[in-house]
Amino acid sequence: MTQPIIQFDKVVKRFGDVTVLNQLDFNVQRGEKVTIIGPSGCGKSTVLRILMTLEGIDSGVIHVAGKPLWHQYRNGSLAPADEDHLREMRKEMGMVFQQFNLFPHMTVRRNVTEAPIHVLGLSRDEANERAEHYLDLVGLSDQADKFPRQLSGGQQQRVAIARALAMKPNIMLFDEPTSALDPELVGEVLNVIQRLAGEHDLTMLLVTHEMQFAKQISDRVCFFHAGRVLEEGPPEQVLTDPRESRTREFLKAFIHPA
Amino acid sequence: MEWLSYSKPLLEGAWVTVQLTFFSTLLGGLFAFAFGIGKISHNALARGVAIFFIEIFRGTSLLVQLFWLYFALPVLGQAIGVDLRLPPLVAGTLALSLNIGAYGAEVVRGAIQAVPPSQHEAAKALDFTPRQILWRIALPQAIPEMMPSFGNLAVQNLKDTALVSLISLGDLAFRAEQIRNFTQDSTTVYTLLLLMYFGMALVLTGIMKLLERSVGRWRTGGT
Amino acid sequence: MLLGIEWNTANDWAFALSILPILLKGLVVTVQATVVGFGIAAVLGLVLAALKASPLRLISWPARIVTEFIRDTPLLAQLFFLYYVLPEYGIVLPAFLTGALALGLQYSAYTSEVYRAGIESVARGQTDAARALDLSALRTFRVIILPQAIPRIIPALGNYLVSIMKDVPVLSVVSVLEMLNVAKIIGDRTFNYLIPLSMVGGLYLIMTLFASAGVRYLDMRLPKQGLPLR
Repeated sequence: MTQPIIQFDKVVKRFGDVTVLNQLDFNVQRGEKVTIIGPSGCGKSTVLRILMTLEGIDSGVIHVAGKPLWHQYRNGSLAPADEDHLREMRKEMGMVFQQFNLFPHMTVRRNVTEAPIHVLGLSRDEANERAEHYLDLVGLSDQADKFPRQLSGGQQQRVAIARALAMKPNIMLFDEPTSALDPELVGEVLNVIQRLAGEHDLTMLLVTHEMQFAKQISDRVCFFHAGRVLEEGPPEQVLTDPRESRTREFLKAFIHPA
Repeated sequence: MEWLSYSKPLLEGAWVTVQLTFFSTLLGGLFAFAFGIGKISHNALARGVAIFFIEIFRGTSLLVQLFWLYFALPVLGQAIGVDLRLPPLVAGTLALSLNIGAYGAEVVRGAIQAVPPSQHEAAKALDFTPRQILWRIALPQAIPEMMPSFGNLAVQNLKDTALVSLISLGDLAFRAEQIRNFTQDSTTVYTLLLLMYFGMALVLTGIMKLLERSVGRWRTGGT
Repeated sequence: MLLGIEWNTANDWAFALSILPILLKGLVVTVQATVVGFGIAAVLGLVLAALKASPLRLISWPARIVTEFIRDTPLLAQLFFLYYVLPEYGIVLPAFLTGALALGLQYSAYTSEVYRAGIESVARGQTDAARALDLSALRTFRVIILPQAIPRIIPALGNYLVSIMKDVPVLSVVSVLEMLNVAKIIGDRTFNYLIPLSMVGGLYLIMTLFASAGVRYLDMRLPKQGLPLR
């Protein structure tokens, strides 16, 4: 059996008195498209943030691409990771945020090329080429010289996706990418994500409330509850005919066309 | 009309004031960034130095600072065998810039810390180093925030330059005093003095507003 | 000898100790100038704020120009003006009062801003509600606006009090014997500026620390929603 590209082992994460992740075991295979659903506070965004090294963990071990994420090997045993190790590991992942978080003082093109140039060390020409490619992929090559405030929410989010992709990560993390968008703009972003899902080698982890969309692109859907995976399986099973009553309860709030 | 004959020496003094304001505001701006960024640095030494200067130059009177640099520092120099006599221009510029730098530091620090954490997160996700995040992401967004306060500080600095006349630097206030001493025509001289400072302040405010607008171009208005 | 006290030049420590009482006499003058100047600024600022708020352009515009003029010209220039020009029109004030007046004038421009901002910061909804309840304008101001504006105004005024204190040394040019002037005279006579001026710096730091702490304490104690009315 191939080693999972993401492996959570008995991970615990607390915020003050609240235990958000409770001895979580969670795996994702290379190239798999996994959607995480669940009520607010169940830890689904936290999982993504921990993977992106924006939050640490209180106990347990996480492996990404076979290497420990928040730990590193020193003299043969596991010790907490230092900043250099985290920086190396970060390169595996790219993240798209709910609020897009584009850099407002930079043009679209610069938003996409800044990290490839100053983090990956690409030349300006190489970075521009990459930017052109990914902006084209998300359908925004003609907006390259605009500033974020001149774009709609949907356009900004697509730029954010291009920006993350330009770093060529192996894993893409989407944290409620359409929740902050007006309904008529949701479709254009979902289309882009769907196109990405066609790439075999790209592992995708998606947190969303768009159940129809989740059904379309996911290989697996995980329902999180109280900091653990309560139920998981193919989307047709989890989303249409879940085994657990809590999953059923949760999904009642979402309209299922037949 | 006497005020015409006063205008030549007054304008010469005004020119000194303008240069003094320009250089001390510029240097003060540098100090503001140095102290402001130093205060939120991870390096304890940088933090200590920054806080030291900020507290001293915000907690004491500008005139005290000026007199100390001009009168007291040389005495200190004598005691340790180094010639620390500062010419009035140096002492004046230094006191003014350290003073405005200390006040500006709080503006800088506040503006940097006002940049939304989500920006830091997005930059971290792209694997920028903390230093890159500060210089490429946070500072450019903080600077337009600082400009209104910097505008006020610049005008305050202009007014403060008048104090250097007390260490015999030939600025506008000094020349006005000279003329009054000579002619005893207080009303005309001092009315002119006030009007000239007012005029300079209005021009300076205009310049700062222009700067404010050009620096915040990506926030509002045209492409 | 200054202000009736001799100093001791035996060594640095004796010197410092012996001039301390002289400096403290200067400190008293500094505090007095601060208080009087602040009092004038607080009252004058209120007048200016009221004038600026007048619906009559004939009153509000000149008031605004005057405020801007005061705010944009140096304290030193204003002090010279008052000290030398007033006597030419028959008004002769002692130097201390002239100095306090100059301080009060300069800072009235700032305090008028504090009053305006404090009153405007009381939410529009409050005045709307008062009007809906048919409260008179005077009652609205006294009972609704003022109690809510005061917790914002007082700390801001307190900060300007501290600023006034730091501007008092400017009064030395008209021979007011505040702390810096005293130190400078001692320095002029002994050629040792370092000790007196450094001590003045230290005394200022201490005073600023206390004053700022006092303002913070006041800020903490004043309820943010407004002074309670039973």
